[in-house]
Amino acid sequence: MNKFDLQKALNNINIDADWVGIRQLKETTTYRTIRDGNPEQNSINLDQGVMVEVLVNGQFGYYGTHSIDYDSISNAAKKAYKIALNSSKYSNYSYTQSVRPKAVGVYNSPYEIKNLNLDQLMDILVKSNKLLKGSDKIITATSVARIVDMNMRYVSSNGSNLEQNFLYVGPGFRAIAQDGSNIQSRSYTDQCQQVGMEMLNEEFVLSKCESICKEALELLNAEECPNEKMDLVLHSDQMLLQIHESIGHALEVDRILGDERNYAGWSFVNLEDFGKLQYGSEIMNITFDPTIENEFASYGFDDTGNKATKEFVIKNGILKRGLGGLESQERSKIKGVANVRACSWNRAPIDRMANLNLEPGDSTFDEMIASVEKGIFMQTNRSWSIDDFRNKFQFGCEYGQLIENGKITKTVKNPNYRAVSTPFWNSLKKVGNSDTFGVYGTPYCGKGEPNQCVRVGHAAPICVFDNIDVFGGA
Amino acid sequence: MSMYFTKLNDFLFSVLDKQEILITNIIGENSQFIRFNNSKVRQTGLVDDMNFSMTLLCNNRKCSVSMTLSGIENNDQLLLQSYLNKLRDDIKNIPEDPYLVYPVNSQSSKEIYKGDLLDFETAADSLVPIMRGVDLTGIWASGKIFSGNANSLGLEHWFETDTFSLDYSLITHDKKMVKACYANTKWNQNEYEKYIIDSKNKLELMNKKPVNIKPGAYRTYIAPSGVSDLIEMFSWGGLSESSIQQGDSSLIKLKQLEKKLSPCFTLTEDFSNGTVPRFNGMGEVAPEKLSLIVSGALKNTLVSSRTEKEYNVKSNFASSSESLRSPVMSAGNLDDKDILSTIETGVYLSNLHYLNWSDKIGGRVTGMTRYACFWVENGEIVAPIENMRFDDTIYNIFGRNLEGTTDKLHLIPDIGTYENRSLGGVYCPGIMLKEFSLTL
Repeated sequence: MNKFDLQKALNNINIDADWVGIRQLKETTTYRTIRDGNPEQNSINLDQGVMVEVLVNGQFGYYGTHSIDYDSISNAAKKAYKIALNSSKYSNYSYTQSVRPKAVGVYNSPYEIKNLNLDQLMDILVKSNKLLKGSDKIITATSVARIVDMNMRYVSSNGSNLEQNFLYVGPGFRAIAQDGSNIQSRSYTDQCQQVGMEMLNEEFVLSKCESICKEALELLNAEECPNEKMDLVLHSDQMLLQIHESIGHALEVDRILGDERNYAGWSFVNLEDFGKLQYGSEIMNITFDPTIENEFASYGFDDTGNKATKEFVIKNGILKRGLGGLESQERSKIKGVANVRACSWNRAPIDRMANLNLEPGDSTFDEMIASVEKGIFMQTNRSWSIDDFRNKFQFGCEYGQLIENGKITKTVKNPNYRAVSTPFWNSLKKVGNSDTFGVYGTPYCGKGEPNQCVRVGHAAPICVFDNIDVFGGA
Repeated sequence: MSMYFTKLNDFLFSVLDKQEILITNIIGENSQFIRFNNSKVRQTGLVDDMNFSMTLLCNNRKCSVSMTLSGIENNDQLLLQSYLNKLRDDIKNIPEDPYLVYPVNSQSSKEIYKGDLLDFETAADSLVPIMRGVDLTGIWASGKIFSGNANSLGLEHWFETDTFSLDYSLITHDKKMVKACYANTKWNQNEYEKYIIDSKNKLELMNKKPVNIKPGAYRTYIAPSGVSDLIEMFSWGGLSESSIQQGDSSLIKLKQLEKKLSPCFTLTEDFSNGTVPRFNGMGEVAPEKLSLIVSGALKNTLVSSRTEKEYNVKSNFASSSESLRSPVMSAGNLDDKDILSTIETGVYLSNLHYLNWSDKIGGRVTGMTRYACFWVENGEIVAPIENMRFDDTIYNIFGRNLEGTTDKLHLIPDIGTYENRSLGGVYCPGIMLKEFSLTL
C-alpha cells in the first residue's frame, strides 16, 4: 500500500496558525499465547491515525483523528485552531515554535530477523510451555510472544520531515507452582528490547523455561523471607523498577512543574535542587541514553522533533539535569533532554523517561556477594508502589537468596523491601561492572491526563545497598 | 454510528464461508480533553477514535484482529476484507482450542443515553473563571462514547452515552491537596460552580500545619474514594474464577475457607444503574445483579464462558478478563456525622494511591495515603497527616478489622483514559476499621 502523503496533507491545511505539525502513527501488535498446552490469545491489533498539532497565540491545540485523508486532516487542523485560540485566553505558558524545532532524519530499530512463520512460532511456544509445566505441582504455565512493528512519520510547517521505524519482540514465560495453600510463581518477564524474531531463538527460550520451572518448584520449599534490616543486592531485572520509580518519575520536569499533581503526582525534587542535590552516593551515575542499541526506548528524535543525545542526569551522585523536553526547559529554565513523547496518535506528547540507565561500576558479581556479611539477593519484580512525591516506596520480588558471610546460602520466598528514595540511593555501596549490566525495559509506564502508557528502557548493573528494611509475605 | 456498525457487519457476514463464525466489536469516542495546571490551560485537544475488532471461529480454532477504522466506508471495507483474509491464513496454523466457546444468537439490545454537553470550542469559557483564586490542576474530558457487539448468527448490541468529567485537585501553598471530581451527563453551570466553591472550602482545612505520625496500627476511617481503590483490586487477581483456578488470586484463601471476611462486607455486580453495557465481548448479557460476597461469604466469582468450559463452573457471562464492571458495595448504618466521633482517636483517610498486591496469595495490599488525610483526636480533626504507606491484608480490611460502613453509597466514577475514556465506576460507602497498618 502506498504511503499517505503527509506533506500534501500539511500543504492542504489552510489556517492562520503560527505553526502546524502532523504526526502519523501506524502500530501493529501481535500476541501469541499458549497456556497449559492450549492456545489462549492469538490476536493482532492495528492502531493507526494522525495527530494534528497547531500553535496559535502561544497555545498549542491538537486533534487526533482516525480518518487518514486530506479533508479530515484539514478539518482537524481547523478545529484544533479554534480550541487553541479560545484556550489561549487562559494559557498556562505562551510558547513559540522554538519548542518544535525543524527535524529531518530517519531512525530504524536494529534487528536480525523480522519475520518468523506462524507455525514455527507456535511450535516454539508449545515446546516452551511443555518445559514450563515440568511437574504436577506446576498448575499454570504460560508462554507468550509479543511482536510490535511501529512506523511514525512527522512533518511540520517549519520544515520537519522525520520517519522512525521500531520493532519490539518479546517472549514472556511464567510458571505457577502449588502445594496446598502454598503458591509461588516464577517468570521471565519479557526483557523489552528493540530486537527481531532472533529473540525467540529456541535454545534460549527452552533454557529459560527449564530454569523458570525449577525455580518455581524451589520456591515452594523455600523459607519465608526474614523481617530485618540487611544489605540488599538487586539484579538488573529489579534495578529496572528501582530506577524507574525512585529516579525517573521524580525527575520528570513536568511533574516538578505540577502538571501531574492530579494524577501521577508531584516530586520531592524542586527546581532549585538541580546542580546541588546529593541524590545518591558518589558511585551513582545516571544517564538519559537513547543511543544504546536494542534498548527499548532508543530513538533518533522525540515527538517534538528534538534530536536525542546521551546526557548525564546524575553524576557522582549529584543531580545535574532534569527529564524535561523543550517545553519544560522553557518553563523551568532547567537543562533537559529529548524526551517528549506520546503513546500514540491520539495523545499529545509530554515529558517521559525513555532510556534511563545506571552506568556500570567496577565490582564483579563475586566481589559484591563476598562483601556482604548479612544480606539478600533479589530478582524479578512482582510488586511495586511509591508515593505521589516519589519518596516512600515498597517493592517485592519473585525470588530471593540469603547471603551470609559472603556466600549465597538459601532461597527465600516473598521477598520485599521498603525505603525512602534519596536515603536509599545514598546507601548504594557497590555498583557492578559491565559483566553484570542488563538491558531491560517495560511497555507499561503510565502517566498523563488523558492517560498514556509508553515504553521505557532501563539498563543497569547488579548493585548492593547498605542496611535496607527487608521483609516477607502475609 | 450504530448504523455504520451494522453496515460493516452486513458486509463482513455476507463474505463468510459456511463453517466460519465471526464475532465483531466496536468501541469509539468523540472526546474533548483540556488539561489544567494552576487553574490555567496546559494542553487542549480533541480526539476521534474508532476501533473495530473481529474474532474468527472455524474448525475449533480461534483468532482475532482489531484495527482503527477511518469512518470512510470503502476504505474500511477494504481493510476489513484484507484482515479477514489474514485471519483465515493464520487460523490454519493455530492449534485447536478445547475450550473454545461459540457465540449464540440471543436477544439484541440498543441503549442510547443523550447528554447535554458543553460546546467543545468554548468549553474553557465555562470551566476556567470559577477556578480563579486557587491552584487547580486536573483534566476535563467530555463527549460521546460508543460500544457495540455483533455476531454472524444475528445478534447485535449497541451502547452509546454522552458524559463529562472534571477530575481535579486543589493545592495549598505548602503542597497539601484536596481531590474532587465533577461528573455527569447533563451540564449545569450553577451546580458546577457550587461544586468548585465547596472544594475550595474543603481546602481551608488543609492549611493547618501537618503532623507526622509514626508507623503502627491505628483506628482508621477510609472514605468512599479510598474504598473504591480497594474494591478495584478485586479486579486484579481477585474475583476472577480463572485466576483462582490458576493460582493467581488474592481470594484463594477465602475460596478455600482458610480465611473469612466481615459480616459487614457485601459486594454485588449490579448493572441496574445503566452506567456500563451489560453485554460482554462475546455478546453475552450478564444478569442485572449478581451477588459476589454476601455478609463476608464468597457466593459467586466472576466466570466467563471459556472458564466454564475449562473448569466446569457455571458462567455468569463475565468479561473475558473476569474483572468487575459495575461493582456495588452495600452500605451499613454509620451516619456521616458520626464518623469523627466513631474514630475517636486515629486517622481519617480521604484517598489512597498506587495500590498493589505486596503478597497476592496472602491477600496483602500496599499503597499510600493521599490528599485530605487527617489525624483525629477525641472525635475532632487535629491536622492533616504527612503521607503514610499502608501494608495490610484484605482479610483485615474487609474482615476482622471492619467495624462498620457508612449508610450512604457514593459513585466514584471511573475517569480512566488509557486507550479510551472509561465508563461506570464503583458505588461504595466509607469504612470504619478497628485498626489499619501504616508501615512507613
